[in-house]
Amino acid sequence: MSTARTARSGAEPIVLPPMGLSASLRRIGALVRRYIYLLRSSGVRLVELIYWPFLQMLTWGFLQKYLAGTTSPLAQAAGVLIGSILLWDILFRSNIGFATTFIEEMWSRNLGNLLTSPLRPYELVFALSVWSVIRLSVSMVPVATAAYLFFGFNLLDLGLPLVAFFAVLVLTSWSIGLISAGVILRYGLGAEELAWSLAFLLLPLCCVYYPVSVLPGWLQVVALALPPTHVFEGMRSILLHNTFDATELWWALSLNAVYLFVGYLTFSRFLASARVNGSLLQLGE
Amino acid sequence: MDERVDGFAKQAGASLAEAGVMDARVPVAVRDLTKIYGSVTAVDHISFRLEPSTTVALLGGNGAGKTTTIAMLLGLVMPSFGEVRVFGADISRNRGEVAHRLNFQSPYVDLPARLTVRQNLTVYAGLYGLANAAERIAYIAEDLQIEPLLDRLTGKLSAGQKTRVGLAKALLNAPELLLLDEPTASLDPDTADWIRRKLKDYARAHGGTLLIASHNMTEVERLADRVILLHQGRIIEDETPKALITTFGRKSLEEVFLDVVRGRAKRDSDDTNGDQPPARKVS
Repeated sequence: MSTARTARSGAEPIVLPPMGLSASLRRIGALVRRYIYLLRSSGVRLVELIYWPFLQMLTWGFLQKYLAGTTSPLAQAAGVLIGSILLWDILFRSNIGFATTFIEEMWSRNLGNLLTSPLRPYELVFALSVWSVIRLSVSMVPVATAAYLFFGFNLLDLGLPLVAFFAVLVLTSWSIGLISAGVILRYGLGAEELAWSLAFLLLPLCCVYYPVSVLPGWLQVVALALPPTHVFEGMRSILLHNTFDATELWWALSLNAVYLFVGYLTFSRFLASARVNGSLLQLGE
Repeated sequence: MDERVDGFAKQAGASLAEAGVMDARVPVAVRDLTKIYGSVTAVDHISFRLEPSTTVALLGGNGAGKTTTIAMLLGLVMPSFGEVRVFGADISRNRGEVAHRLNFQSPYVDLPARLTVRQNLTVYAGLYGLANAAERIAYIAEDLQIEPLLDRLTGKLSAGQKTRVGLAKALLNAPELLLLDEPTASLDPDTADWIRRKLKDYARAHGGTLLIASHNMTEVERLADRVILLHQGRIIEDETPKALITTFGRKSLEEVFLDVVRGRAKRDSDDTNGDQPPARKVS
Protein backbone atom coordinates (compact mmCIF):
# COMPACT_ATOMS: atom_id res chain seq x y z
CA MET A 1 0.00 0.00 0.00
CA SER A 2 1.48 3.36 -0.98
CA THR A 3 2.20 6.10 1.54
CA ALA A 4 -0.21 8.43 -0.23
CA ARG A 5 -2.99 5.92 0.18
CA THR A 6 -2.21 5.15 3.78
CA ALA A 7 -2.46 8.84 4.53
CA ARG A 8 -5.94 8.99 2.99
CA SER A 9 -8.92 9.50 5.20
CA GLY A 10 -10.47 6.16 6.08
CA ALA A 11 -7.30 4.20 5.40
CA GLU A 12 -7.23 3.36 9.09
CA PRO A 13 -10.33 2.92 11.22
CA ILE A 14 -10.72 5.14 14.26
CA VAL A 15 -12.09 2.65 16.78
CA LEU A 16 -13.85 4.13 19.78
CA PRO A 17 -13.44 2.51 23.23
CA PRO A 18 -15.52 -0.71 23.25
CA MET A 19 -16.43 -0.68 26.95
CA GLY A 20 -18.82 1.48 28.92
CA LEU A 21 -22.32 2.86 28.60
CA SER A 22 -21.69 5.05 25.56
CA ALA A 23 -20.20 2.11 23.66
CA SER A 24 -23.26 0.02 24.54
CA LEU A 25 -25.64 2.76 23.44
CA ARG A 26 -23.71 3.13 20.19
CA ARG A 27 -24.05 -0.56 19.41
CA ILE A 28 -27.74 -0.60 20.34
CA GLY A 29 -28.21 2.44 18.08
CA ALA A 30 -26.40 0.69 15.22
CA LEU A 31 -28.70 -2.29 15.47
CA VAL A 32 -31.85 -0.17 15.70
CA ARG A 33 -30.62 1.61 12.60
CA ARG A 34 -30.41 -1.77 10.88
CA TYR A 35 -34.10 -2.40 11.70
CA ILE A 36 -35.10 1.06 10.46
CA TYR A 37 -33.28 0.36 7.18
CA LEU A 38 -35.15 -2.92 6.96
CA LEU A 39 -38.56 -1.33 7.44
CA ARG A 40 -37.74 1.47 5.02
CA SER A 41 -36.72 -1.07 2.40
CA SER A 42 -40.23 -2.45 2.06
CA GLY A 43 -43.39 -0.43 1.60
CA VAL A 44 -45.39 -3.65 1.91
CA ARG A 45 -44.03 -4.22 5.42
CA LEU A 46 -44.97 -0.73 6.42
CA VAL A 47 -48.53 -1.15 5.13
CA GLU A 48 -48.77 -4.56 6.77
CA LEU A 49 -47.88 -3.03 10.13
CA ILE A 50 -51.02 -0.92 10.00
CA TYR A 51 -53.28 -3.18 7.94
CA TRP A 52 -54.12 -5.93 10.49
CA PRO A 53 -54.65 -3.74 13.56
CA PHE A 54 -56.72 -1.40 11.41
CA LEU A 55 -58.97 -4.26 10.24
CA GLN A 56 -59.34 -5.52 13.80
CA MET A 57 -60.21 -2.08 15.05
CA LEU A 58 -62.85 -1.68 12.33
CA THR A 59 -64.44 -5.06 13.07
CA TRP A 60 -64.64 -4.51 16.81
CA GLY A 61 -65.65 -0.88 16.36
CA PHE A 62 -68.66 -1.84 14.26
CA LEU A 63 -69.57 -4.61 16.69
CA GLN A 64 -69.40 -2.08 19.48
CA LYS A 65 -71.66 0.23 17.50
CA TYR A 66 -74.16 -2.57 16.91
CA LEU A 67 -74.21 -3.64 20.56
CA ALA A 68 -74.66 -0.05 21.64
CA GLY A 69 -78.14 -0.28 20.13
CA THR A 70 -79.10 -3.25 22.33
CA THR A 71 -80.35 -3.14 25.87
CA SER A 72 -77.31 -4.63 27.60
CA PRO A 73 -75.88 -1.97 29.92
CA LEU A 74 -72.39 -3.45 29.53
CA ALA A 75 -72.60 -3.33 25.75
CA GLN A 76 -73.69 0.25 25.94
CA ALA A 77 -70.64 1.26 27.94
CA ALA A 78 -68.70 3.42 25.57
CA GLY A 79 -65.59 2.02 24.02
CA VAL A 80 -65.00 -1.09 26.14
CA LEU A 81 -64.59 -3.45 23.22
CA ILE A 82 -62.64 -1.08 21.07
CA GLY A 83 -60.49 -0.15 24.07
CA SER A 84 -59.85 -3.83 24.69
CA ILE A 85 -58.74 -4.48 21.15
CA LEU A 86 -56.46 -1.45 21.06
CA LEU A 87 -54.77 -2.42 24.31
CA TRP A 88 -54.53 -6.06 23.27
CA ASP A 89 -52.88 -4.93 20.06
CA ILE A 90 -50.27 -3.03 22.05
CA LEU A 91 -49.30 -6.30 23.74
CA PHE A 92 -49.56 -8.47 20.65
CA ARG A 93 -47.86 -6.10 18.17
CA SER A 94 -45.03 -5.31 20.55
CA ASN A 95 -44.43 -9.01 21.08
CA ILE A 96 -44.51 -9.71 17.35
CA GLY A 97 -42.17 -6.78 16.76
CA PHE A 98 -39.67 -8.19 19.23
CA ALA A 99 -39.84 -11.85 18.21
CA THR A 100 -40.08 -11.51 14.44
CA THR A 101 -37.24 -9.02 14.32
CA PHE A 102 -35.12 -11.57 16.12
CA ILE A 103 -36.27 -14.30 13.71
CA GLU A 104 -35.38 -11.97 10.84
CA GLU A 105 -31.74 -12.17 11.97
CA MET A 106 -31.96 -15.93 11.68
CA TRP A 107 -33.74 -15.90 8.33
CA SER A 108 -31.04 -13.64 6.97
CA ARG A 109 -28.25 -15.80 8.51
CA ASN A 110 -26.89 -12.67 10.16
CA LEU A 111 -26.84 -13.91 13.73
CA GLY A 112 -23.32 -15.34 13.39
CA ASN A 113 -22.05 -11.94 12.29
CA LEU A 114 -23.81 -10.21 15.17
CA LEU A 115 -22.72 -12.64 17.85
CA THR A 116 -19.08 -12.44 16.80
CA SER A 117 -19.13 -8.64 16.69
CA PRO A 118 -18.57 -6.55 19.85
CA LEU A 119 -22.36 -6.57 20.38
CA ARG A 120 -23.28 -8.12 23.75
CA PRO A 121 -26.37 -10.36 24.02
CA TYR A 122 -28.05 -7.90 26.41
CA GLU A 123 -27.48 -5.13 23.87
CA LEU A 124 -29.21 -7.25 21.25
CA VAL A 125 -32.15 -7.59 23.66
CA PHE A 126 -32.21 -3.83 24.30
CA ALA A 127 -32.14 -3.10 20.58
CA LEU A 128 -35.02 -5.51 19.98
CA SER A 129 -36.97 -3.89 22.82
CA VAL A 130 -36.41 -0.35 21.58
CA TRP A 131 -37.31 -1.43 18.07
CA SER A 132 -40.50 -3.15 19.20
CA VAL A 133 -41.71 0.16 20.69
CA ILE A 134 -40.81 2.11 17.54
CA ARG A 135 -42.57 -0.49 15.40
CA LEU A 136 -45.56 -0.43 17.72
CA SER A 137 -45.83 3.34 17.43
CA VAL A 138 -45.75 3.13 13.65
CA SER A 139 -48.53 0.58 13.85
CA MET A 140 -50.75 1.92 16.63
CA VAL A 141 -50.71 5.70 16.28
CA PRO A 142 -52.57 5.68 12.91
CA VAL A 143 -54.98 2.98 14.14
CA ALA A 144 -55.78 4.78 17.40
CA THR A 145 -56.33 7.97 15.39
CA ALA A 146 -58.67 6.09 13.04
CA ALA A 147 -60.59 4.72 16.06
CA TYR A 148 -61.22 8.29 17.13
CA LEU A 149 -62.22 9.44 13.66
CA PHE A 150 -64.54 6.50 12.87
CA PHE A 151 -66.03 5.67 16.26
CA GLY A 152 -65.27 8.66 18.43
CA PHE A 153 -63.17 6.49 20.76
CA ASN A 154 -60.24 8.43 22.14
CA LEU A 155 -57.64 6.15 23.72
CA LEU A 156 -56.25 9.20 25.51
CA ASP A 157 -59.50 9.41 27.46
CA LEU A 158 -58.03 6.69 29.65
CA GLY A 159 -55.88 9.50 31.01
CA LEU A 160 -52.61 9.06 32.86
CA PRO A 161 -53.22 5.36 33.58
CA LEU A 162 -52.81 4.80 29.83
CA VAL A 163 -49.07 5.40 30.24
CA ALA A 164 -48.92 2.72 32.92
CA PHE A 165 -51.13 0.38 30.87
CA PHE A 166 -48.77 0.84 27.94
CA ALA A 167 -45.72 0.14 30.10
CA VAL A 168 -47.21 -3.03 31.61
CA LEU A 169 -48.27 -4.41 28.23
CA VAL A 170 -44.96 -3.65 26.53
CA LEU A 171 -42.93 -5.13 29.38
CA THR A 172 -45.04 -8.28 29.23
CA SER A 173 -44.55 -8.47 25.47
CA TRP A 174 -40.77 -8.34 25.95
CA SER A 175 -40.88 -11.18 28.47
CA ILE A 176 -42.79 -13.36 26.01
CA GLY A 177 -40.51 -12.24 23.17
CA LEU A 178 -37.41 -13.22 25.15
CA ILE A 179 -38.77 -16.69 25.84
CA SER A 180 -39.76 -17.18 22.17
CA ALA A 181 -36.36 -15.93 20.96
CA GLY A 182 -34.55 -18.24 23.36
CA VAL A 183 -36.52 -21.30 22.30
CA ILE A 184 -35.99 -20.49 18.61
CA LEU A 185 -32.26 -20.04 19.24
CA ARG A 186 -32.06 -23.41 20.85
CA TYR A 187 -34.40 -25.38 18.59
CA GLY A 188 -34.01 -23.45 15.34
CA LEU A 189 -36.52 -21.95 12.98
CA GLY A 190 -38.71 -25.05 13.30
CA ALA A 191 -39.93 -23.46 16.53
CA GLU A 192 -40.73 -20.08 14.97
CA GLU A 193 -44.47 -20.72 15.21
CA LEU A 194 -43.99 -20.09 18.90
CA ALA A 195 -43.26 -16.44 18.20
CA TRP A 196 -46.75 -16.05 16.78
CA SER A 197 -48.68 -18.28 19.12
CA LEU A 198 -47.22 -17.70 22.60
CA ALA A 199 -48.91 -14.31 23.03
CA PHE A 200 -52.27 -15.82 22.08
CA LEU A 201 -52.02 -18.05 25.13
CA LEU A 202 -52.59 -14.89 27.13
CA LEU A 203 -55.73 -13.90 25.23
CA PRO A 204 -58.19 -16.05 27.21
CA LEU A 205 -56.24 -15.83 30.46
CA CYS A 206 -55.77 -12.07 30.60
CA CYS A 207 -59.50 -11.40 30.35
CA VAL A 208 -59.17 -9.03 27.44
CA TYR A 209 -62.89 -8.92 26.61
CA TYR A 210 -64.51 -10.03 29.89
CA PRO A 211 -63.98 -9.47 33.61
CA VAL A 212 -61.89 -11.83 35.73
CA SER A 213 -65.01 -12.79 37.69
CA VAL A 214 -66.23 -14.77 34.66
CA LEU A 215 -63.40 -17.31 35.12
CA PRO A 216 -63.61 -20.29 37.49
CA GLY A 217 -61.94 -19.63 40.84
CA TRP A 218 -58.69 -21.49 40.23
CA LEU A 219 -58.24 -19.81 36.84
CA GLN A 220 -58.78 -16.41 38.40
CA VAL A 221 -55.61 -17.00 40.43
CA VAL A 222 -53.71 -17.72 37.21
CA ALA A 223 -55.24 -14.69 35.50
CA LEU A 224 -54.32 -12.35 38.34
CA ALA A 225 -50.74 -13.59 38.23
CA LEU A 226 -50.50 -12.18 34.70
CA PRO A 227 -49.71 -8.46 34.48
CA PRO A 228 -51.98 -7.67 31.47
CA THR A 229 -55.07 -8.88 33.38
CA HIS A 230 -54.70 -5.86 35.68
CA VAL A 231 -54.53 -3.57 32.66
CA PHE A 232 -57.78 -4.86 31.15
CA GLU A 233 -59.52 -4.82 34.51
CA GLY A 234 -58.27 -1.27 35.06
CA MET A 235 -59.45 -0.16 31.63
CA ARG A 236 -62.95 -1.54 32.26
CA SER A 237 -63.01 0.08 35.67
CA ILE A 238 -62.21 3.49 34.16
CA LEU A 239 -64.62 3.22 31.25
CA LEU A 240 -67.51 1.61 33.11
CA HIS A 241 -67.25 3.02 36.63
CA ASN A 242 -64.93 5.97 36.20
CA THR A 243 -62.68 4.63 38.94
CA PHE A 244 -59.11 3.45 38.91
CA ASP A 245 -57.15 1.46 41.47
CA ALA A 246 -53.44 2.30 41.17
CA THR A 247 -52.49 -0.55 43.53
CA GLU A 248 -53.41 -3.01 40.82
CA LEU A 249 -50.96 -1.39 38.46
CA TRP A 250 -48.12 -1.48 40.98
CA TRP A 251 -48.87 -5.14 41.41
CA ALA A 252 -48.78 -5.60 37.64
CA LEU A 253 -45.46 -3.76 37.33
CA SER A 254 -43.95 -5.90 40.08
CA LEU A 255 -45.10 -9.03 38.28
CA ASN A 256 -43.53 -7.61 35.11
CA ALA A 257 -40.17 -7.35 36.86
CA VAL A 258 -40.35 -11.04 37.74
CA TYR A 259 -41.42 -12.09 34.24
CA LEU A 260 -38.73 -9.96 32.59
CA PHE A 261 -36.11 -11.55 34.80
CA VAL A 262 -37.42 -15.02 33.93
CA GLY A 263 -37.57 -14.07 30.23
CA TYR A 264 -33.98 -12.83 30.14
CA LEU A 265 -32.78 -15.82 32.12
CA THR A 266 -34.51 -18.16 29.67
CA PHE A 267 -33.00 -16.33 26.70
CA SER A 268 -29.50 -16.42 28.25
CA ARG A 269 -29.78 -20.10 29.13
CA PHE A 270 -30.95 -21.05 25.65
CA LEU A 271 -28.22 -18.91 24.06
CA ALA A 272 -25.63 -20.68 26.21
CA SER A 273 -27.17 -24.00 25.27
CA ALA A 274 -27.04 -23.07 21.55
CA ARG A 275 -23.33 -22.32 21.97
CA VAL A 276 -22.82 -25.71 23.58
CA ASN A 277 -24.67 -27.76 20.98
CA GLY A 278 -23.30 -25.76 18.05
CA SER A 279 -26.71 -24.73 16.72
CA LEU A 280 -25.54 -21.14 16.16
CA LEU A 281 -23.52 -22.51 13.25
CA GLN A 282 -26.55 -24.05 11.60
CA LEU A 283 -29.05 -21.24 11.91
CA GLY A 284 -30.56 -19.91 8.74
CA GLU A 285 -33.29 -20.35 6.20
CA MET B 1 -19.15 -27.99 34.87
CA ASP B 2 -18.36 -31.41 36.34
CA GLU B 3 -15.23 -32.01 38.38
CA ARG B 4 -13.36 -33.67 35.55
CA VAL B 5 -13.99 -30.79 33.17
CA ASP B 6 -13.30 -28.19 35.81
CA GLY B 7 -10.03 -29.89 36.69
CA PHE B 8 -9.11 -30.09 33.04
CA ALA B 9 -9.90 -26.43 32.47
CA LYS B 10 -7.84 -25.39 35.49
CA GLN B 11 -4.98 -27.54 34.28
CA ALA B 12 -5.25 -26.03 30.80
CA GLY B 13 -5.37 -22.52 32.25
CA ALA B 14 -2.33 -23.21 34.35
CA SER B 15 -0.51 -24.55 31.30
CA LEU B 16 -1.38 -21.48 29.31
CA ALA B 17 -0.21 -19.21 32.10
CA GLU B 18 3.05 -21.14 32.39
CA ALA B 19 3.56 -20.89 28.67
CA GLY B 20 3.12 -17.12 28.83
CA VAL B 21 0.33 -17.16 26.26
CA MET B 22 -2.15 -15.26 28.42
CA ASP B 23 -0.14 -12.37 27.11
CA ALA B 24 -2.40 -9.85 25.35
CA ARG B 25 0.04 -9.73 22.44
CA VAL B 26 -0.52 -13.36 21.49
CA PRO B 27 -3.42 -13.39 19.02
CA VAL B 28 -4.51 -16.96 19.69
CA ALA B 29 -3.47 -19.58 22.20
CA VAL B 30 -5.37 -22.85 22.24
CA ARG B 31 -4.76 -25.67 24.66
CA ASP B 32 -6.31 -29.13 24.56
CA LEU B 33 -9.34 -27.77 22.75
CA THR B 34 -12.03 -30.40 22.34
CA LYS B 35 -15.56 -30.36 21.06
CA ILE B 36 -17.83 -33.34 21.42
CA TYR B 37 -21.31 -33.46 19.90
CA GLY B 38 -23.05 -36.48 21.38
CA SER B 39 -20.96 -39.45 20.24
CA VAL B 40 -18.99 -37.44 17.67
CA THR B 41 -15.69 -35.80 18.57
CA ALA B 42 -15.48 -32.90 16.14
CA VAL B 43 -12.28 -31.45 17.60
CA ASP B 44 -10.00 -33.68 19.59
CA HIS B 45 -7.56 -32.15 22.10
CA ILE B 46 -5.82 -29.72 19.80
CA SER B 47 -3.26 -27.17 20.94
CA PHE B 48 -1.66 -24.42 18.93
CA ARG B 49 -0.63 -20.82 19.13
CA LEU B 50 -0.69 -18.11 16.50
CA GLU B 51 2.12 -15.58 16.50
CA PRO B 52 1.44 -11.94 15.60
CA SER B 53 1.61 -11.03 11.91
CA THR B 54 1.48 -14.56 10.61
CA THR B 55 -0.92 -16.24 8.23
CA VAL B 56 -1.85 -19.73 9.28
CA ALA B 57 -4.04 -22.19 7.41
CA LEU B 58 -6.23 -24.79 9.04
CA LEU B 59 -6.19 -27.45 6.38
CA GLY B 60 -8.34 -30.53 6.36
CA GLY B 61 -11.08 -32.39 4.56
CA ASN B 62 -14.79 -32.12 5.18
CA GLY B 63 -15.55 -32.84 8.81
CA ALA B 64 -11.93 -32.42 9.88
CA GLY B 65 -12.97 -29.86 12.50
CA LYS B 66 -11.89 -26.61 10.81
CA THR B 67 -15.19 -24.74 11.09
CA THR B 68 -15.80 -25.93 14.65
CA THR B 69 -12.32 -24.78 15.64
CA ILE B 70 -12.89 -21.33 14.13
CA ALA B 71 -16.32 -21.14 15.77
CA MET B 72 -14.73 -21.91 19.15
CA LEU B 73 -12.11 -19.20 18.58
CA LEU B 74 -14.94 -16.77 17.91
CA GLY B 75 -16.97 -17.85 20.92
CA LEU B 76 -19.85 -19.10 18.76
CA VAL B 77 -19.36 -22.63 20.03
CA MET B 78 -18.37 -23.55 23.57
CA PRO B 79 -15.56 -26.07 23.91
CA SER B 80 -16.30 -29.34 25.70
CA PHE B 81 -12.82 -29.19 27.20
CA GLY B 82 -9.78 -27.01 26.92
CA GLU B 83 -9.29 -23.32 26.58
CA VAL B 84 -9.09 -20.59 23.97
CA ARG B 85 -7.28 -17.34 24.65
CA VAL B 86 -7.57 -14.51 22.17
CA PHE B 87 -5.19 -11.64 22.92
CA GLY B 88 -4.93 -13.09 26.41
CA ALA B 89 -8.69 -13.08 27.07
CA ASP B 90 -10.63 -16.25 27.76
CA ILE B 91 -12.98 -16.09 24.80
CA SER B 92 -15.71 -18.10 26.54
CA ARG B 93 -15.96 -15.61 29.37
CA ASN B 94 -14.49 -12.30 28.24
CA ARG B 95 -15.19 -12.10 24.52
CA GLY B 96 -16.32 -8.48 24.90
CA GLU B 97 -12.81 -7.39 25.89
CA VAL B 98 -11.31 -8.38 22.56
CA ALA B 99 -14.18 -8.66 20.06
CA HIS B 100 -13.34 -5.26 18.53
CA ARG B 101 -9.85 -6.52 17.67
CA LEU B 102 -11.05 -9.42 15.53
CA ASN B 103 -13.38 -10.05 12.68
CA PHE B 104 -14.39 -12.93 10.49
CA GLN B 105 -15.95 -14.04 7.27
CA SER B 106 -17.64 -17.31 6.52
CA PRO B 107 -19.90 -18.76 3.86
CA TYR B 108 -22.11 -19.97 6.72
CA VAL B 109 -23.24 -16.45 7.55
CA ASP B 110 -24.62 -13.69 5.37
CA LEU B 111 -25.20 -10.00 5.60
CA PRO B 112 -28.91 -9.09 5.57
CA ALA B 113 -30.14 -9.44 2.02
CA ARG B 114 -32.70 -6.63 2.14
CA LEU B 115 -30.24 -3.95 3.14
CA THR B 116 -27.98 -2.22 0.66
CA VAL B 117 -24.28 -2.88 0.90
CA ARG B 118 -23.70 0.61 2.27
CA GLN B 119 -26.41 0.15 4.93
CA ASN B 120 -24.91 -3.16 6.01
CA LEU B 121 -21.43 -1.73 6.25
CA THR B 122 -22.77 1.30 8.15
CA VAL B 123 -24.48 -0.95 10.69
CA TYR B 124 -21.33 -3.01 11.23
CA ALA B 125 -19.18 0.13 11.41
CA GLY B 126 -21.47 1.17 14.29
CA LEU B 127 -21.22 -2.22 15.96
CA TYR B 128 -17.42 -2.13 15.76
CA GLY B 129 -17.40 1.46 17.08
CA LEU B 130 -15.83 3.22 14.11
CA ALA B 131 -15.77 6.98 14.53
CA ASN B 132 -14.90 7.52 10.86
CA ALA B 133 -17.46 5.10 9.43
CA ALA B 134 -18.29 6.94 6.21
CA GLU B 135 -14.63 7.52 5.30
CA ARG B 136 -13.68 3.98 6.21
CA ILE B 137 -16.48 2.51 4.12
CA ALA B 138 -15.50 4.70 1.17
CA TYR B 139 -11.89 3.63 1.51
CA ILE B 140 -12.64 -0.09 1.79
CA ALA B 141 -15.16 0.12 -1.05
CA GLU B 142 -12.53 1.61 -3.31
CA ASP B 143 -9.90 -0.86 -2.18
CA LEU B 144 -12.12 -3.90 -2.74
CA GLN B 145 -13.72 -2.42 -5.85
CA ILE B 146 -17.24 -2.54 -4.51
CA GLU B 147 -18.07 1.14 -5.00
CA PRO B 148 -20.62 0.39 -7.75
CA LEU B 149 -22.30 -2.10 -5.40
CA LEU B 150 -22.69 0.19 -2.41
CA ASP B 151 -26.27 1.19 -3.12
CA ARG B 152 -27.42 -2.19 -4.36
CA LEU B 153 -29.34 -4.69 -2.25
CA THR B 154 -26.94 -7.23 -0.76
CA GLY B 155 -29.29 -10.09 -1.62
CA LYS B 156 -29.13 -9.22 -5.32
CA LEU B 157 -25.37 -9.65 -5.60
CA SER B 158 -23.54 -12.55 -7.24
CA ALA B 159 -21.55 -15.01 -5.10
CA GLY B 160 -18.29 -13.25 -5.97
CA GLN B 161 -19.69 -9.84 -5.16
CA LYS B 162 -21.11 -11.12 -1.87
CA THR B 163 -17.72 -12.51 -0.94
CA ARG B 164 -16.09 -9.15 -1.60
CA VAL B 165 -18.77 -7.39 0.46
CA GLY B 166 -18.33 -9.95 3.26
CA LEU B 167 -14.61 -9.25 3.16
CA ALA B 168 -15.30 -5.51 3.33
CA LYS B 169 -17.31 -6.12 6.51
CA ALA B 170 -14.49 -8.27 7.90
CA LEU B 171 -11.88 -5.59 7.21
CA LEU B 172 -13.91 -2.59 8.43
CA ASN B 173 -12.16 -2.46 11.80
CA ALA B 174 -8.78 -3.48 10.32
CA PRO B 175 -8.76 -6.46 12.68
CA GLU B 176 -5.55 -7.58 14.32
CA LEU B 177 -6.91 -11.11 14.04
CA LEU B 178 -8.88 -12.08 10.96
CA LEU B 179 -10.58 -15.46 10.88
CA LEU B 180 -11.69 -16.69 7.49
CA ASP B 181 -13.66 -19.83 6.88
CA GLU B 182 -13.38 -20.98 3.27
CA PRO B 183 -12.87 -17.43 1.98
CA THR B 184 -12.97 -18.44 -1.67
CA ALA B 185 -15.53 -21.24 -1.55
CA SER B 186 -17.69 -21.41 -4.69
CA LEU B 187 -15.84 -18.59 -6.44
CA ASP B 188 -14.48 -18.72 -9.98
CA PRO B 189 -10.66 -18.96 -10.19
CA ASP B 190 -10.26 -15.33 -11.20
CA THR B 191 -12.31 -13.94 -8.30
CA ALA B 192 -10.69 -16.39 -5.90
CA ASP B 193 -7.26 -15.27 -7.02
CA TRP B 194 -8.25 -11.64 -6.60
CA ILE B 195 -9.50 -12.28 -3.04
CA ARG B 196 -6.25 -14.06 -2.14
CA ARG B 197 -4.22 -11.13 -3.42
CA LYS B 198 -6.28 -8.76 -1.30
CA LEU B 199 -5.80 -10.88 1.79
CA LYS B 200 -2.06 -11.00 1.22
CA ASP B 201 -1.99 -7.23 0.75
CA TYR B 202 -3.98 -6.77 3.94
CA ALA B 203 -1.68 -9.01 5.98
CA ARG B 204 1.36 -7.20 4.62
CA ALA B 205 0.00 -3.69 5.10
CA HIS B 206 -1.53 -4.10 8.56
CA GLY B 207 0.65 -6.81 10.05
CA GLY B 208 -2.52 -8.65 11.05
CA THR B 209 -2.74 -12.29 11.98
CA LEU B 210 -4.83 -14.41 9.64
CA LEU B 211 -6.28 -17.83 10.33
CA ILE B 212 -7.78 -19.37 7.24
CA ALA B 213 -9.80 -22.58 7.29
CA SER B 214 -9.64 -24.13 3.86
CA HIS B 215 -9.39 -27.26 1.81
CA ASN B 216 -8.17 -25.30 -1.16
CA MET B 217 -4.51 -26.14 -1.65
CA THR B 218 -3.73 -23.23 -3.97
CA GLU B 219 -5.08 -20.89 -1.35
CA VAL B 220 -3.06 -22.42 1.42
CA GLU B 221 0.17 -22.54 -0.61
CA ARG B 222 -0.21 -18.93 -1.66
CA LEU B 223 -1.23 -17.40 1.62
CA ALA B 224 -0.01 -19.43 4.55
CA ASP B 225 3.27 -19.15 6.41
CA ARG B 226 2.25 -22.21 8.33
CA VAL B 227 -0.22 -25.07 7.92
CA ILE B 228 -2.06 -26.83 10.69
CA LEU B 229 -3.25 -30.06 9.17
CA LEU B 230 -6.40 -31.44 10.75
CA HIS B 231 -7.74 -34.94 10.31
CA GLN B 232 -10.73 -36.29 12.21
CA GLY B 233 -10.52 -33.42 14.66
CA ARG B 234 -6.84 -33.88 15.46
CA ILE B 235 -3.75 -31.95 14.51
CA ILE B 236 -1.56 -34.30 12.59
CA GLU B 237 0.95 -31.79 11.25
CA ASP B 238 1.93 -28.23 12.05
CA GLU B 239 4.57 -27.05 9.58
CA THR B 240 5.35 -24.55 6.87
CA PRO B 241 3.82 -25.59 3.54
CA LYS B 242 7.28 -26.42 2.17
CA ALA B 243 8.26 -28.49 5.18
CA LEU B 244 4.97 -30.37 4.95
CA ILE B 245 5.57 -31.27 1.32
CA THR B 246 9.07 -32.42 2.17
CA THR B 247 7.95 -34.42 5.20
CA PHE B 248 5.42 -36.31 3.14
CA GLY B 249 7.82 -36.63 0.22
CA ARG B 250 5.31 -35.15 -2.20
CA LYS B 251 5.37 -32.47 -4.88
CA SER B 252 2.46 -30.40 -3.71
CA LEU B 253 0.20 -29.77 -0.76
CA GLU B 254 -2.62 -31.38 -2.68
CA GLU B 255 -0.74 -34.67 -2.70
CA VAL B 256 -0.06 -34.30 1.02
CA PHE B 257 -3.74 -33.61 1.60
CA LEU B 258 -4.74 -36.73 -0.36
CA ASP B 259 -2.27 -38.78 1.66
CA VAL B 260 -3.85 -37.54 4.84
CA VAL B 261 -7.50 -37.98 3.94
CA ARG B 262 -6.85 -41.38 2.40
CA GLY B 263 -4.98 -42.51 5.46
CA ARG B 264 -1.56 -42.84 3.85
CA ALA B 265 1.39 -42.12 6.10
CA LYS B 266 4.45 -39.97 5.65
CA ARG B 267 7.21 -41.19 3.35
CA ASP B 268 9.58 -42.01 6.20
CA SER B 269 7.10 -44.43 7.71
CA ASP B 270 5.51 -45.69 4.51
CA ASP B 271 6.83 -49.22 4.78
CA THR B 272 5.69 -49.90 8.27
CA ASN B 273 2.53 -47.92 8.58
CA GLY B 274 1.04 -47.87 5.13
CA ASP B 275 -2.60 -48.46 6.02
CA GLN B 276 -2.78 -46.23 9.06
CA PRO B 277 -3.36 -42.51 9.19
CA PRO B 278 -0.24 -40.54 10.04
CA ALA B 279 0.60 -40.39 13.70
CA ARG B 280 -0.67 -37.35 15.52
CA LYS B 281 1.92 -34.72 16.01
CA VAL B 282 1.51 -32.87 19.28
CA SER B 283 2.39 -29.25 18.81
